[in-house]
Amino acid sequence: MRYSGLQVLWEGLRGNRGWGPAWTKPEPKPAYDIVIIGGGGHGLSTAYYLAKNHGLKNIAVLEKGYLGGGNIGRNTTIVRANYFLPGNSEFYSHSLKLWEGLEAELNYNVMHSQRGLINLFHSDGQRDAFARRGNAMINQGDDAILLDREGVRAHLPYLDFENHRFPVYGGLLHPRGGTARHDAVAWGYARAASRLGVDLIENCEVTGITVNGGKLQGLTTTRGEIGAKKVAIVVAGRSGQVAAMAGLTLPIESHVLQAFVTEGLKPCIDHVVSFGMGHFYISQSDKGGLVFGGDIDFHASYAARGNLPMMEHVMEAGMALMPMIGRARVLRSWGGIMDMSPDGSPVIDRTPVDGLYINCGWNYGGFKAVPASGWCLAHLMATDESHEVARRFRLDRFATGHLLDEEGTGSQHNLH
Amino acid sequence: MLIPCPLCGPRDRREFYYMGAAEYLERPGPDAAAEAWDAHLHLRANPAGRTRDLWQHECCGAWLVVERCTVTHRVFGARLIGGLTDAA
Repeated sequence: MRYSGLQVLWEGLRGNRGWGPAWTKPEPKPAYDIVIIGGGGHGLSTAYYLAKNHGLKNIAVLEKGYLGGGNIGRNTTIVRANYFLPGNSEFYSHSLKLWEGLEAELNYNVMHSQRGLINLFHSDGQRDAFARRGNAMINQGDDAILLDREGVRAHLPYLDFENHRFPVYGGLLHPRGGTARHDAVAWGYARAASRLGVDLIENCEVTGITVNGGKLQGLTTTRGEIGAKKVAIVVAGRSGQVAAMAGLTLPIESHVLQAFVTEGLKPCIDHVVSFGMGHFYISQSDKGGLVFGGDIDFHASYAARGNLPMMEHVMEAGMALMPMIGRARVLRSWGGIMDMSPDGSPVIDRTPVDGLYINCGWNYGGFKAVPASGWCLAHLMATDESHEVARRFRLDRFATGHLLDEEGTGSQHNLH
Repeated sequence: MLIPCPLCGPRDRREFYYMGAAEYLERPGPDAAAEAWDAHLHLRANPAGRTRDLWQHECCGAWLVVERCTVTHRVFGARLIGGLTDAA
């Protein structure tokens, strides 16, 4: 069924009896041409573009839990293309263009809202760095506007402009940046992939990857053996464990990143605002909750919950930046497990095992990458050549020295 | 999370700096191949469960190997990287 306004009206008139399931739940077949391990945003978009862009059939997505139950359902939903380095810049630019057409593409409302993103700066040096970043964004074909202090005040009058430790010097406005509804992205890709004949298999955990003579043979799962010609590991948060089944060690350390949401409030924060010096960023969901977060907890963790020190730090940073939120009550907090890579950038590449591909290392920035990540991994699996906007996301770049260290903090996983 | 510093006793996590997996102490020799340096700097076993990692107690300056669980955040013990003293 194609979704439309007319369909909503029609179903409304007849008691909403006609809505069927958004995707089918087939039994796993004994073998597929392509299997994607991981039914999150990146895995589902990969499956969709394999079918849509490359016309491939006989594809399955294996998900150990339920579709969209991992990091795609646990993030702070920010969509932006404000990267600086060649390699990252063109990739996120491509992703943002895909976001802008995503709802029409998927026939699904992902609630993409380009409300504008403002990165604040608090010193002359930081202003120079942001001016340079803004120029890189403009050169890439995206948009950036350098705001001075009064320019920021016009957009964000509620900030504490009297803060002496981090005085607001200005901000870099990225008007096309914004947010989207995270679950809807997973559901939209799942429905669209299912309509193109992709088998979405939930409650199917991969427990073994059979490799013979350096070549992929198939998978062992909790729902039986599944043969496959090509397999992609798309399981950010658990990349190390799944790659280890094929005998691989990854340049990844897993860390927990916390996020918080308040009770629903009337609209008060119109943009996405990031306060890098305080490790704090915030936006307001369409439901009214203030969604905010900070940095990772800094020590390796697989616990999908955080510790109090970072929670305390985030609350302090929020109060330092915008004291008006002090009386909002935090409804809940949660943690997601991040693949932290040694340069802060991801991997979309082949592995040393013939027929096995990997998509991992998204650090805490995977959500905005969902469309382009799937687009590029699908291109790589279908053509066996890297897509031009993802050609630097190589697994061997750490050995060859071609790092993509956006923050310039060096090869320590938790510093990105 | 409390970490037992062998010199100072159980102290709050806020007092410690985290460096990463304790394998980092196993520095390749001067003649080691480039692959060994790549593995040393970048590759990580990254276990979900019991792990040993490197922390510095910023109050006394001691570098510690802390044994803990990455899934539950339980800390089992810590020792000075010189191996002089254990604390649990």
